[in-house]
Amino acid sequence: MRLTCPHCGERDLREFAYKGDALALSRPEANAELQAWHEYLHIRDNPAGPTRELWYHTPCGSWMVAERDTATHAVHRTMTPAEATK
Amino acid sequence: MRYSGFKVFLEGLRGQSGWKPVWRDPEPKPVYDVVIIGGGGHGLSTAYYLAKNHGLTNVAVLEKGYLGGGNVGRNTTIVRANYFLPGNSEFYSHSMKLWEGLAADLNYNVMHSQRGLINLFHSDGQRDAFARRGNAMINQGDDAVLLDREGVRSYLPYLDFDNPRFPVYGGLLHPRGGTARHDAVAWGYARGADRRGVDLLQQCEVTGIDIEGGQVTGVQTTRGPIKAKKVAMIAAGRSGQVAAMAGMRLPIESHVLQAFVTEGLKPVIDHVISFGMGHFYISQSDKGGLVFGGDLDFYASYAQRGNLPMAEHVMEAGMALMPMIGQARVLRSWGGIMDMSPDGSPIIDRTATKGLYLNCGWCYGGFKAVPASGFATAHLIATDRPHETAARFRLDRFATGRGLMDEEGTGAQHNLH
Ligand SMILES: Cc1cc2nc3c(=O)[nH]c(=O)nc-3n(C[C@H](O)[C@H](O)[C@H](O)COP(=O)(O)OP(=O)(O)OC[C@H]3O[C@@H](n4cnc5c(N)ncnc54)[C@H](O)[C@@H]3O)c2cc1C
Ligand SMILES: [Zn+2]
Repeated sequence: MRLTCPHCGERDLREFAYKGDALALSRPEANAELQAWHEYLHIRDNPAGPTRELWYHTPCGSWMVAERDTATHAVHRTMTPAEATK
Repeated sequence: MRYSGFKVFLEGLRGQSGWKPVWRDPEPKPVYDVVIIGGGGHGLSTAYYLAKNHGLTNVAVLEKGYLGGGNVGRNTTIVRANYFLPGNSEFYSHSMKLWEGLAADLNYNVMHSQRGLINLFHSDGQRDAFARRGNAMINQGDDAVLLDREGVRSYLPYLDFDNPRFPVYGGLLHPRGGTARHDAVAWGYARGADRRGVDLLQQCEVTGIDIEGGQVTGVQTTRGPIKAKKVAMIAAGRSGQVAAMAGMRLPIESHVLQAFVTEGLKPVIDHVISFGMGHFYISQSDKGGLVFGGDLDFYASYAQRGNLPMAEHVMEAGMALMPMIGQARVLRSWGGIMDMSPDGSPIIDRTATKGLYLNCGWCYGGFKAVPASGFATAHLIATDRPHETAARFRLDRFATGRGLMDEEGTGAQHNLH
């Protein structure tokens, strides 16, 4: 599996750290119900197939969003979090 | 058919012509008292204890592939009771006791071998932590011996004790720890359940869970609809997909864990060795292969195979610890889908739907749990009350924050375990 850093291009998997489901970008409001925080922290769709997740490129220190398939390990698209939340 | 030394001898004389298939291959019945989704170790042991402990035999285990084709047949077979936290301690302690009587109970040789497990440490701080863990194990009634460097050397003379990064300071020996034959555990429980009347339905994938008025009524499968008073979801890495059929979302993320085996060698590694700092552990199977593994690949995956960076990392750690294994040739590597929970501990609980039960979150350590998990899950299904040894494996602990069991102390969050 190789990933494409939006800044550095396609790089070896060893340069990246997985940071979990991209749901982390949709942080609840500070005063949201406890249930919203519970879902944000713990509950996962955990799809067997296409997924969106956060990765961190260690050499350049930037985060990115990857659209990837958990069943095949194919990486479809990567983008900066700014692009992903536009 | 009961197995015995006499039977083996007799069949030797008769040209092995008297052995029969070990379990039936029945057609699904229209209705069962209990349907279990998943024919892995936990599903099969649950069925066995439902029949044995609770007299419930109108039970079916529904397996989409073949029995034991999931993680129960893919793991590295380490069996231990060296947990630290209340909740886990009593549960794994109970499991160890069941392991110790398992072959006799099942009349099936599960090749449980208590060869001793040694967890290595490499600093004064780590020694303190292991001394504390050892005390917790002894308090639980299990066994632990703190070994100094020379103590470890007397057991494992072939380690690189002066590794510059991780010099060996000592180890925590868990004499009752060891291994078992993974396939035999699945087969033994399957045979035991079948003999008590449980239907084992293979090639039977559950595609829907029927719920009416908040009560489970049955399942849809690739072999037709099946009605049931109670349904247990015991699908390990596939728990998310199965629970979704009941409209549930789980605190589970599925990750890949790899393992490796070398060509068969003469006996050389007599114990289970765990090198936590290097994320490496190893034992030798009875066939002679060195069976070893490391950490998760650390990304969500259902592929049942990992990537090369983790393979390389594991090999490097092995070479650092015991340079002699560089001579051995790796035969195979594989991966399994791990149902990772946020705090690294499992879930055995009821759900909001009446008659629907959940067993998941075994992470990378659910093989040793197979006996106690089935025991406790059967108790929960039969009596609707948690068994005392699994009373803390509640599903709501994540929502409430009460009763989290984070053995590593890294935080009850995904991707930290
Ligand atoms: C490489 C590796 C090494 C490991 N090492 C150890 C170890 O040393 N010690 C230890 O204690 N643990 C270890 N584990 C963990 C252990 O193997 C698992 O935690 C445990 O086997 C999971 O429970 P199970 O046996 O019930 O799972 P599985 O055997 O995976 O059973 C789940 C079953 O559910 C079936 N299923 C899924 N969806 C459906 C459906 N819709 N309909 C019907 N059936 C379905 C699957 O086909 C599967 O057979 C390891 C795991 C791996 C992968
Ligand atoms: Zn980069």
